[in-house]
Amino acid sequence: MVRPLLNRRTLLWARRDGWRHLVMWAVLAFALFPILFVVSAALNPLGTLNSSQLVPAGAGLGNFADLLTETRYPRWYLNSVVIAVTNAAATVLLSALAAYVFSRFRFAGRRFGLHGLLVIQMFPQFLAIVAIYLMFAAVTDYWPKIGFNTHWGLMLVYLGGALSINTWLMKGFFDTVPKELDESARVDGATHAQVFFRIMLPLVTPVLAIVGLLVFIATINEFLMASVFLRDPGSQTVALGLYGMVAENRNANFGLFSAGTLLLAVPVLAVFWGLQRFIVEGLTSGAVKG
Amino acid sequence: MVSQYGNDKGASSRASSAPPLPGGALAPDGSLPGQIAKIGMLGLAAAVGLWAVFPLYAEGRWIGVATVVAVTALIFHVYLSKRTVPAKYLLPGTLLLVAFQVIPVLYTVGTSVTNYGDGHRGTKEQAIAGIEATSVSRTADSADYTLTVAARGDADTGDLVFLLTGPDGSAYAGTDEGLAPLRNATVEDSGKITEAGGYTILAPGEVNRRSGEVEEFAVPTGPGSGIRSSGLSTAYEGEAGRVYDAGCDCVTDTDSGQVFTADNERGGFYAEDGQRVSQGWKVGVGLDNFVRFLTDPTLGSSFLSILTWNLGFAAGTTALVFALGLAVALTLHTRHRLRGRTTYRLLVVLPYAMPSFAMFLLWRDMFNADYGLLNRLLGWDLDWFGDPWTARAAVLLVNLWLGFPYMFLVATGALQAIPRELVQAARIDGAGAWQAFRTVTFPLLMVAMLPILVATFAFNFNNFNAVWLTTEGGPFPTDNPMAGATDLLITYTYRLAFGEAGAQYGYAAAVSVFIFMIVTLISVVALRRSKSLEEVHN
Repeated sequence: MVRPLLNRRTLLWARRDGWRHLVMWAVLAFALFPILFVVSAALNPLGTLNSSQLVPAGAGLGNFADLLTETRYPRWYLNSVVIAVTNAAATVLLSALAAYVFSRFRFAGRRFGLHGLLVIQMFPQFLAIVAIYLMFAAVTDYWPKIGFNTHWGLMLVYLGGALSINTWLMKGFFDTVPKELDESARVDGATHAQVFFRIMLPLVTPVLAIVGLLVFIATINEFLMASVFLRDPGSQTVALGLYGMVAENRNANFGLFSAGTLLLAVPVLAVFWGLQRFIVEGLTSGAVKG
Repeated sequence: MVSQYGNDKGASSRASSAPPLPGGALAPDGSLPGQIAKIGMLGLAAAVGLWAVFPLYAEGRWIGVATVVAVTALIFHVYLSKRTVPAKYLLPGTLLLVAFQVIPVLYTVGTSVTNYGDGHRGTKEQAIAGIEATSVSRTADSADYTLTVAARGDADTGDLVFLLTGPDGSAYAGTDEGLAPLRNATVEDSGKITEAGGYTILAPGEVNRRSGEVEEFAVPTGPGSGIRSSGLSTAYEGEAGRVYDAGCDCVTDTDSGQVFTADNERGGFYAEDGQRVSQGWKVGVGLDNFVRFLTDPTLGSSFLSILTWNLGFAAGTTALVFALGLAVALTLHTRHRLRGRTTYRLLVVLPYAMPSFAMFLLWRDMFNADYGLLNRLLGWDLDWFGDPWTARAAVLLVNLWLGFPYMFLVATGALQAIPRELVQAARIDGAGAWQAFRTVTFPLLMVAMLPILVATFAFNFNNFNAVWLTTEGGPFPTDNPMAGATDLLITYTYRLAFGEAGAQYGYAAAVSVFIFMIVTLISVVALRRSKSLEEVHN
């Protein structure tokens, strides 16, 4: 790529930017080739695993058409997106509220709270699943609306993890906002709630965006807890549906599986690309600098 | 909750030229929209509390009622009091955290000192009822029932229920706890039940799949009697062949005369020759589960090697994703305009946007020795998952691929938060690019990223999917089919506790508590050394 032209500008470019492009091309090759494989398998008209190549022999949208018309995929998809968006929004709000007090207030139990957050999530939630299952068996008896086979129950369990490492991440960014800003607002008579909603939140939008994105992705990918909660095929998420599809017949359903995987990546990409502006620009703007 | 900034209070205090109070912050009340939002939220809390309390009240669950009332009262106290400002912000998240994380963890810890699992599920009374019911055999005056096999919830995994129609046409639902009259059931003339509220009727194929369970299933109907199936569509009520006698606290087999005496410490009935009745009950076993984990010869010999690889896997993954993620972030982090930067950013995060569980399965197929894409592309004939070291390298590579975009995102955010002036000042003072990075950028970066690194480590320490969906813990040495070369503690435990031997929740809980302690210890040590905690201390 970098041709040794005896042109001063080119040389300067090579020294300043050339290596960056080289590194990025290498990284992109590593990052993208499995995705290329998924794409070619999704387009592969044969739709089987052992006929799939990196570059497809033929291409067609048959797998996508079959997926959308002959399976419950559209329903799963809707479920996944609704659950993930709700969970991401609620988590961002709850986590930001907590991060604000951890960053700005000194109170009894603050240290304990911050350390406790780190410790509690080191417990392998995977094995607590038995406990959660038994708890929700009882919840289903009393309040079927938030029990098994409902999205509410699943989201409550997800929100149990709303205060987590994300709260630490947010607190770190809240700490970079100069205290003088909110102190002066409070001297002017703003309440703590006004400081939070009108001054802090706009200044930390980038971290809100990052956390929202992370939670959205984690929820879309979440499999284990959803498999316990959502047994009824109509209530299932894409992760469950696709898993069931390849568990039945891996080789023959590989094309459908790949097509489903790609479609599932679309909302995640849309969210990321939509939030890109915040993530990239946000933290460099004016008042945030310490 | 969003309220108008610069409210009347602030204005009026300035107008009356009263000196602003230090931390006029403590100025109470807030604006009108804020008040309205608050009242609305409290009303909602009260409504939810009422809704939650009704079923508990109806069933006479007074502890539950008291809990709901206490939580609702706590919410009102926190939001109406003026002295609990931090609590106002922490309460919603904390309530959810306690209910759905802390309590399950405590429950798991509680389970770890019991023998809970298959064969030790309920109370002693339930075990006795089960023993008697399973041992029933047909007698001369046995009542016959028409049987419809149903389940609670899912047809393949839900608890079995026998829907029974008696000779007089009345319908019952029989569970492993007893018989109850069945209302709202549609009964055919043949006695078959075609619909019953709350139960899933199994189709013939589904009954066949679970025929083993149906054969074993028994409905206790009273002391010394029970209902069992005879084929898949009829059932009978018979007399127990094994009878419990409270006098000797033992179960006697009427056919063989064998006596099984209750052992209340082990939670089962044992004969003198050590033979045990399969149904037992749940008892506390103290630290037996922990002792078993540490002293069991099969476990003990493999434990150290698995722990070592587990630490290596978690540390290796963390180091690799951090190194690559940071390298990419630094490559793209320049002051001048870099052509294609936005495109690079969009493309680099693509692996993170792909559904991870699906990508694990996909990578597994790419590493496949026979038709795997990697061997085909490279022209190799390598059995990736057949050799311990290539398998380990493969797992790390997959995890690196999935994990580095996340680190790239975090590192980019952290880099942009570092004030540019600091780096510029260092450069002006004569530091080279590398020196400025090492002495200014990197330490500041670590402050922001250390908690993330610790969390990445903790997450990967228990990254079940990364191993289970790719190598399933393999390859296994020929002399030990239980401990594979890529096994993590958690996959190893999973195989031991939920494998062919049946569910052993108590034991599994003990191992998870053990894993928890290891991870906590490592993390606390790591955090103690970190600067980020100093901020917490002040």
